[in-house]
Amino acid sequence: MRVRTLAVALLAGGLALTACGKEGSPGDTGSAPTQQVAADVKVDGSPTFEKMKSRGKVIVGVKEDQPGLGYKDPTSGKFTGFDIEIAKLVAAKLGFESDKIEYKAIASQGREQALINGDVDYYVGTYTINAKRKEQVGFAGPYFTAGQDLLVKKDDNSITGPDTLKGKKVCSVTGSTPIQKVKTEGLTEPENIVELQNYSQCVTQLEQGAVDAVTTDDAILKGYASQDPSKFKVVGKTFSSEPYGIGLPKDDKALRDKINDILEAAINGGDWQAVYDNTLGKSGSTANKPVLERY
Amino acid sequence: MDVLLDNLDLYGPGFLNTVELFLISAVGSLVLGTILAMLRVAPVPVLRATGAAYVTLIRNTPLTLVFFFFTFAFPLLEIVTPASFGSAAAYYRNAALAALILYTAAFVCEVVRSGINTVPVGQAEASRALGLTFGQMLASVVLPQAGRAVVPPMVSTMIALLKNTTIAAGFSVFQAGSISLNLSDRGENQLIGLLWVALFFVVLVTPLTLLQRSLEKRWSIAR
Repeated sequence: MRVRTLAVALLAGGLALTACGKEGSPGDTGSAPTQQVAADVKVDGSPTFEKMKSRGKVIVGVKEDQPGLGYKDPTSGKFTGFDIEIAKLVAAKLGFESDKIEYKAIASQGREQALINGDVDYYVGTYTINAKRKEQVGFAGPYFTAGQDLLVKKDDNSITGPDTLKGKKVCSVTGSTPIQKVKTEGLTEPENIVELQNYSQCVTQLEQGAVDAVTTDDAILKGYASQDPSKFKVVGKTFSSEPYGIGLPKDDKALRDKINDILEAAINGGDWQAVYDNTLGKSGSTANKPVLERY
Repeated sequence: MDVLLDNLDLYGPGFLNTVELFLISAVGSLVLGTILAMLRVAPVPVLRATGAAYVTLIRNTPLTLVFFFFTFAFPLLEIVTPASFGSAAAYYRNAALAALILYTAAFVCEVVRSGINTVPVGQAEASRALGLTFGQMLASVVLPQAGRAVVPPMVSTMIALLKNTTIAAGFSVFQAGSISLNLSDRGENQLIGLLWVALFFVVLVTPLTLLQRSLEKRWSIAR
């Protein structure tokens, strides 16, 4: 009898808790203007586009752990951010409604392979264009230009830029471009470099005082700083230039040209600015419009 | 071949660190595991319960979670703070070693215990009747016989440990598991890079297999 009462109580408690979790979830943030969906789009000679057409939907590779850029809400499962809106914009101009987009969260290390294997049609997720990567994948854009910066504790005034990192513990994602830069330029001692699986873990370590700074592109750091402005600040001295591109299968020049056309129209028209203002722009910073590099 | 030659600066230190992690945690877990096995067959109920609780808890926890605990949660307990290690690298390395040793020890313990079970109870009873203490009985009669019975499963546990070291890649310890993550950033072909990593692991595991064979031969007894 007593066991049954306990079981019922637990069940009721559990139900109440789960109900709470659902009702209390925050609404969507950063809803950008919906895009006009283009009709009868043709991209001649693009195998990737043919695949999208026959499938009836687009599979876009994105990041899921970067607030403001590509972020998956753990409660609602919705993706938000600047990269996501760019992905939507491109999909719309290719003739796909936003409910015909399937997002696939892929971390930095898996990007090339996902594009090579055809797991995703294109990838929008803080993907820096560089010559070495162009040997494996294609890039449309850049659609944004970021720069490497530092995130520190609000009350830390000893770190003012890349030259002041000596003797400080610096954290970033294992094998990522920013941490390689810290290594090769010797900005801090090798034993003070911390490499974890994602930026959120680095930010946790910063909060606990296990590291002194988190380094990566300013766009990503601004996202974290705006989540918790009472604890963190971005130093604001960029020391690299990271042109973000849309990753595509290497040989699909037709689709690359098409997406470049779409981006160009969006940048020159008002769409790009509107998307920026609704996502990253909310942190109060302004952005320069990127200049396309076609090839 | 290019992927390997162009990135020797990754492969060299990567595998050196893997071997180092493996050797230290192998010794650590063999010692701790044997002690745990002794606890599990001890005549004192409290000791037996401690051993059983340890094995149940650790063996049922995924290794990644053990790593998570030592990297992120343990500092909050403020028993040792990351700052007391001087450099960040030293802290994460010790956290990785602690995770690997504590996790593998649970498996070593069960392997050793299965070996102890192969020794007939009569031998333990006879040695106690001769006046040996519990410790003496284990050290000079039971464990030597148990050891030779468990060479194959023990080597399997060690091979698993060697491969488990790659999990440290996500926890700020540079070793073989970090190579592919770094390759992606250098824009190298990861698939070929990973094939090389796999090949080197075969090279590392081979001596362990040979060791198993030679120990089995040397310690074999006519039954």
